[in-house]
Formats: sequence, C-alpha cells, structure tokens
Amino acid sequence: MAIDVRVPTVLRTHTDGEKKVSADGATLHEAIRDLGRRYPGLAERLLDADGSLHRYVNVYVNDEDVRFLGGAQTPLEDGDEVSILPAVAGG
Amino acid sequence: MTRAEMDGDFELDLSTYDALVEHARSDAPFEVCGLLATDDGSRVAVQYEIPNAARSMTYYNMDPKAMLRAFRDMDDREWELLAIYHSHTHTEAFPSKTDVELAFYPDAVYLIVSLQDPGAPVVRAFNIRDGKITERALTVDGEEASVGAR
Repeated sequence: MAIDVRVPTVLRTHTDGEKKVSADGATLHEAIRDLGRRYPGLAERLLDADGSLHRYVNVYVNDEDVRFLGGAQTPLEDGDEVSILPAVAGG
Repeated sequence: MTRAEMDGDFELDLSTYDALVEHARSDAPFEVCGLLATDDGSRVAVQYEIPNAARSMTYYNMDPKAMLRAFRDMDDREWELLAIYHSHTHTEAFPSKTDVELAFYPDAVYLIVSLQDPGAPVVRAFNIRDGKITERALTVDGEEASVGAR
C-alpha cells in the first residue's frame, strides 16, 4: 500500500531533504512506524511513547485533520496523501 | 522592558508592518496570529492571516486547516516561511514561556505585536531555537522600529 507523505521543511533533516516520501501501512500509525524505520528519528517527532500523535503536531489525511478522523489509528488506503505540520502556537 | 541577546537585523516593509498592527487590533483583546512568506529570502511576498483556533486573550493556536492551506500555497509557489507573528494584547512584545516551549520553527523569525499600550503598538522580532531567545533588531523601511524605552 503506497501512501504519499508530505514532509514539512522543519522535518526534512530526517528525510535527507526530501519533500515527499512514500510509506506503507494500513493505518497512520503503521505508516509512521514504516517511515521511522527508513528515516531514523522521524517517528519520535510525531508519536508519543504510547503511540498516540503528539499534541503539537498536525497530521492530515487528504487534507483532513486526523483529530477529526481516527487520530493515529486513522485507516489509510492506497494513494492517500498524508501531510504533517508542527503546530504554530504560543501564549 | 525584557531584553535578550541581539543577533542581527530583521527588515520589514512599512505596509506589512502596518498590516500586522491592523490585524492585531482587529480582534483585540484576543490574540491574532499569522504567517509571512518570502519569495527571495527576505522580502515579504504575502501575509497569511490564520484564525486563532483558541480565540484567547493569552494563548494562540493556528487553525490547522487554514495553516495547511497557507503552507500548501507556499509550497506551490516555491515560497518559504519567513516569519510567524502573533499579538500580545496585555503584555509586552517579548516571547512568553509558552512561546518558547512551543517554538517548533527554528528557521522562522517570531514577530510579536504588543498592544499593551493601545496607542503605541510595539513590534519586536526574535529567533527561538532550542529554548533560547535572541532578538533581531527590527527595521521598517530601513528605519529602526520603535520598541519603547530600551
């Protein structure tokens, strides 16, 4: 299953500068784990120790915020596009 | 006024500066936020006003979908993120503890518009990297911006 993942500039240090990478997985969590095997450090930037998504990272599947889908357990289909953006927040 | 180590300049054009202050005033006392993109590494090509999903007087969190649209637009045009701005409606234009904790964009300039004195808004520019704040001396159309008493 091929998932396209758009990597934001701030995380491209993990992907050798690649803007778009390919991942494999039936859920978002599996796809992130797959990326983590090939791009060390990337999964830790996205997932907490318990496997849920970091609170301050926005992840989208086909431009929908996964907080309103199934979070890390959001199912993925062949050809889906995952986008990642660290949150912009403060006080 | 709180200070940090100074590290270089940051140049804004007057119309962008005015637009930031106007945006800050438009939703006071709530904090506003947005992004500036550049097409040449320093000139502002566009300002994206992003809704503050928190709509709070002390906190901002960019609306995730609006933020995605802005970043997608930058990508499509091959523009880069230049700066992240937000307003402080009751405190000075200096990064708060939360601003430092949640600074996930080390290459961006963080602009803070303070409306603490509503008649005399102050804009200051910072880099926030690994928890460390450095200030960029803000110039507007080549003139040093007023930051109140230094």
